[in-house]
Amino acid sequence: MQAQLIQPTISKKTRRDLFWREVKKHKHSYILMAPYVILFMTFTVIPVFMSLGISFTSYDLLQPPRYIGLDNYTKLLLDDDVFIIALKNTLILAVVTGPVSYLLAFVFAWLINELPPKLRAFMTLIFYAPSISGNAFLMWLIIFSGDIHGYLNAFLLNMGIIDNPILWLKDTNYIIWVIIIVQLWLSLGVSFLAFIAGLQSVDKTLFEAGAIDGVKNRWQELWYITLPSMKPQLLFGAVMQITTSLAIAEVSMQLVGFPSVQYAGHTIVTHLIDYGSTRFELGYASAIATLLFLIMMGANLLVRNILRKVGE
Amino acid sequence: MTNTLQRTLKNALNFKKKRKLNRSKWGDAALFGLLLIFGVFSAYPLIMTVSNAFKSLDELFLFPPRLFPRNITFDNFRDLSELIGNSWIPFSRYFFNTILITLTGTVGHVLIASMCAYPLAKYKFPGRNIIFTMVVYSLMFAPQVTATPNYIIISRIGLIDTPLAIILPAIASSLGLYLMKQFMQQIPDELIESAKIDGASEYRIFFQIVMPLVKPAWLTLVILLFQRLWTTDGGSFIFSEELKPVSYALRQIAQGSIERAGTIAAVSFIMMIVPVTFFIISQSRIVETFSHSGMK
Repeated sequence: MQAQLIQPTISKKTRRDLFWREVKKHKHSYILMAPYVILFMTFTVIPVFMSLGISFTSYDLLQPPRYIGLDNYTKLLLDDDVFIIALKNTLILAVVTGPVSYLLAFVFAWLINELPPKLRAFMTLIFYAPSISGNAFLMWLIIFSGDIHGYLNAFLLNMGIIDNPILWLKDTNYIIWVIIIVQLWLSLGVSFLAFIAGLQSVDKTLFEAGAIDGVKNRWQELWYITLPSMKPQLLFGAVMQITTSLAIAEVSMQLVGFPSVQYAGHTIVTHLIDYGSTRFELGYASAIATLLFLIMMGANLLVRNILRKVGE
Repeated sequence: MTNTLQRTLKNALNFKKKRKLNRSKWGDAALFGLLLIFGVFSAYPLIMTVSNAFKSLDELFLFPPRLFPRNITFDNFRDLSELIGNSWIPFSRYFFNTILITLTGTVGHVLIASMCAYPLAKYKFPGRNIIFTMVVYSLMFAPQVTATPNYIIISRIGLIDTPLAIILPAIASSLGLYLMKQFMQQIPDELIESAKIDGASEYRIFFQIVMPLVKPAWLTLVILLFQRLWTTDGGSFIFSEELKPVSYALRQIAQGSIERAGTIAAVSFIMMIVPVTFFIISQSRIVETFSHSGMK
């Protein structure tokens, strides 16, 4: 840091000396950080670049990778109909579950915030629990079960809304909606907690000042005082929800099957799992992963730039 | 620290006054109606999971499904242990594997991520910004992106079919480091300075001053990693039956159709009760951690 502040007139050698002095001074810091940084590099940073590299090859782990240029990408985008379905499904899921879950997480956090502390803790638990309940989401298998014992079918039959049970998990018209509902149910995770915490730390005197300055109702209070004060949490929450909403796979695989009927629940991640873990076409899988990486980073950076501008 | 305390006190004093500001009765009613409806939506599957786990088979298929079983029975757990008894690996072995993976991974993550978070939060040195920027960027893509190269790396290091194949990548999870670093930033510099003047080494400051102060963040890191490891099924990394975690075994048992509904519920109940209980106990501290989660 300091080295950058020195005037450029100082020779290269002195600058290098200063740099090393700085490094030596913080020897302890580097030692403390070493274990994490090594693991982080090995399992996160290097893999991103490896993935890019392998995506230009044909590789099955047994024989050495063979360079094939952009073949994987052209095949993926032009010849792989299943990938196009997966891409479409992923985008539908992300465009619906991303913003909706973000909004729900904020609205619930905001409503809960006005409750007395005990009730607030209870409601926080109710909304957050699904996301830490492991495979409790399998309960939805029974709710959406296709026979007359499925709760939803039984309910609709009893009410006389339908005459025959609906195969919620097998009918291509419903599959994507089932995934959306269950994913939303699971989606109040860390961003929800971040919003609750953010709301609690908004300076309460601002509300009084606002009331004096003419803030008339809760909506104005929300727009003019609350939202601007918790922008950092809003940004953090956006990153979390975008990343999750583009990576939907587990719910789809467990509820509607892998592969699902006519690939109606197939996503980029399940496609990636198919090629990476089942067929061992690692080059092709890496091309899928690289595209997914670009989509996720693109969406995140775009939304981050938009959110940063809000209120400026 | 004292700042937060003062703020909480002030909030407590302002509480009554605050509620009267800018609130209409109708608005309150409508919004809390909404909260109630979604609360039921959120809680229903969980309540059904708990209650189905204790229902007998004939009660399971009643309509409307009973929210609370009339005759509480442990049949489902008995069936589960019978199914498990028939497998050729003793069930305690699966449990041991899961506990080993979860404990080592969680303790390792809290320790190693905190060790890295402390210098990032409190010192300026060459390389700091690069590392933290990479951590923030890594929050922007899901771990599935790196699954394939991870498999190659892990197999090249020779960790395939060992618990470390699951543990090591989990330790390097970046969300935990990010939250820990943000939380540590609020520790007053004076505290560290005065410890230094008293002659404490960096390592002692870290273990004896910083770590006890960031207990809320530990709990958060624990729950985030715990739920990930507790439910891991070993994926493609562990293939020996005797090394498989419990989630894998339970999934095998639960596979099948609605006839196994009771067993599935019993399995889900076991898997969810541990993290949920942990969250109930440590909720207020976990939420506190997230007040520092903000991004710029």
